[in-house]
Amino acid sequence: MKSLEELKAIREKMQNQISLRNEGEANIRVVVGMATCGIASGARPVLNALSTAVQEKGLTNVIVTQTGCIGLCQFEPIVEVTEADKEKVTYVKMTAEKALEVVEKHLVRGQIVKEYTIQNYIK
Amino acid sequence: MMPEISLNVLDVAQNSIRADATLIIITVTADRKKDTMTIVIKDNGCGMTKEQITHVLDPFFTTRTTRKVGLGIPFFQYAATSTGGNFSIDSFVGEGTMVTASFILSHIDRMPLGDMTSTMHTLITLNNRIDFLYTYTVDDKSFTLDTREIRMILDGIPLNSPDVSNYIREFLSENKQEVDQGVIL
Repeated sequence: MKSLEELKAIREKMQNQISLRNEGEANIRVVVGMATCGIASGARPVLNALSTAVQEKGLTNVIVTQTGCIGLCQFEPIVEVTEADKEKVTYVKMTAEKALEVVEKHLVRGQIVKEYTIQNYIK
Repeated sequence: MMPEISLNVLDVAQNSIRADATLIIITVTADRKKDTMTIVIKDNGCGMTKEQITHVLDPFFTTRTTRKVGLGIPFFQYAATSTGGNFSIDSFVGEGTMVTASFILSHIDRMPLGDMTSTMHTLITLNNRIDFLYTYTVDDKSFTLDTREIRMILDGIPLNSPDVSNYIREFLSENKQEVDQGVIL
């Protein structure tokens, strides 16, 4: 059985770091719809892909979080990217692969992946 | 329908979060001799009146002002009762809600339990202000994760910081492996 002992080492390590990360530093919010509609259409792999990629790439300015149903169930899984002073970008019908592309292009390089946005689906 | 029971748990636990719970107790108990699996989701949130309970069981009742109604509970109920199991909701206003779903393990219509590690990891790391007490039992083996204990050790370090988040995932998956010996439930 894995015990909680190892946590003490993590605590020591983190307390020694000069700057602790906190949510206040984050200026990009990535929100995944995780209501019944989102989960049933596959939001979990999308969320997992996003949080793993954000962590692996060390994007400390990005916070990945979840929300309930935003009333666009037919477009789930939905990922919203909100950045200070910018218009919200809504990605629809997401998959883990598409999510990784969004991390690479949008979150890292600042380019919106237009083909996955909701504007591309409602014409 | 959800393809995995763990997704039902992820979904139904959102109701507890919206009910402003500060502690959510999730218990998965499988007993292969008795051929049953029971899942309990219990919270200390705002609770529901008797009338509200009947409403959440009805998939076609929606007022769109209370967000507690919809397909989440009916999906979970159907997943349990279609195996010959039981489903119940006990709730008291101001005290909290307990959802219990029991399944017949060997029934052909029982969905696989699925990735409970992911469900718990997501719930814990995305809801930093809520405590979770998770117990996973298969036959006579069991493990428990209590975020209150973790919080006490961490002394202010958030549960969603990368090292801690990885640790929680490892804790969940390694201990699960020891309890169920890798058997897919």
